[in-house]
Amino acid sequence: MPSRREALSLSARLATLLSLTGLMPNLALGREGAYRAAFEAHSLAELSRALGAQAPIESREMALQAPDMAENGSAVQLTASTTSSGIKRLLLLVEKNPNLLAALIELSDAVEPSVTTRVKLQQSSRVFAVGLTSDGRCLFAQKEVKVTLGGCAA
Amino acid sequence: MNHDMETGLRSDAGGKTVPAWFIQTAVIRHLEKTVITLHCGPAVSKNPFFQFTLRNARAGEKVSVQWTDNRGEIRSDDATIA
Repeated sequence: MPSRREALSLSARLATLLSLTGLMPNLALGREGAYRAAFEAHSLAELSRALGAQAPIESREMALQAPDMAENGSAVQLTASTTSSGIKRLLLLVEKNPNLLAALIELSDAVEPSVTTRVKLQQSSRVFAVGLTSDGRCLFAQKEVKVTLGGCAA
Repeated sequence: MNHDMETGLRSDAGGKTVPAWFIQTAVIRHLEKTVITLHCGPAVSKNPFFQFTLRNARAGEKVSVQWTDNRGEIRSDDATIA
């Protein structure tokens, strides 16, 4: 029978191992640390890993409304929505911005799973609406938005 | 929400970089319960606009927004559902 100390040390080692494999990321950092890492992520895979979710899958359960063409990149209106009641967090991403993640929204049962906001696009880019379920699934929809005037200086 | 939402990538007239200054989180409450929480990066447009639909909301009930920016400034506002 292992002592309490041995058991604790074992679970600490296991957590380290898991975090190395990316299966249990940012455990020690907590939610705030995970969000900080998410806002610094440069790819969708890196982002979903930072939030402890599985590999992202393109899904019809997610929808993204965005213009085909935006004259002014300083305010491009995006709507992320989902038909799945399991999705608890919605994310809006701009692939070619210096930071991929623009906004992360935590939903509750008191709101419809659909949010609209305006974001800056530095240049023409793919944009993503990502949904995270409480059991770690990561679903997304994507769309290409062409920008005539970049919004980085806004 | 009125806020400049500086990205930290822009230069002022003198060529100096304007430091990033943006709303980081906004918590929206309805009947004292958190209904939606927003986490923003500097890519959210100036004077952030967020639209969502509350279920089971009645006229006369109060909704509040409290935001915190990356300088730790906090502002709260209340509104009544019309």
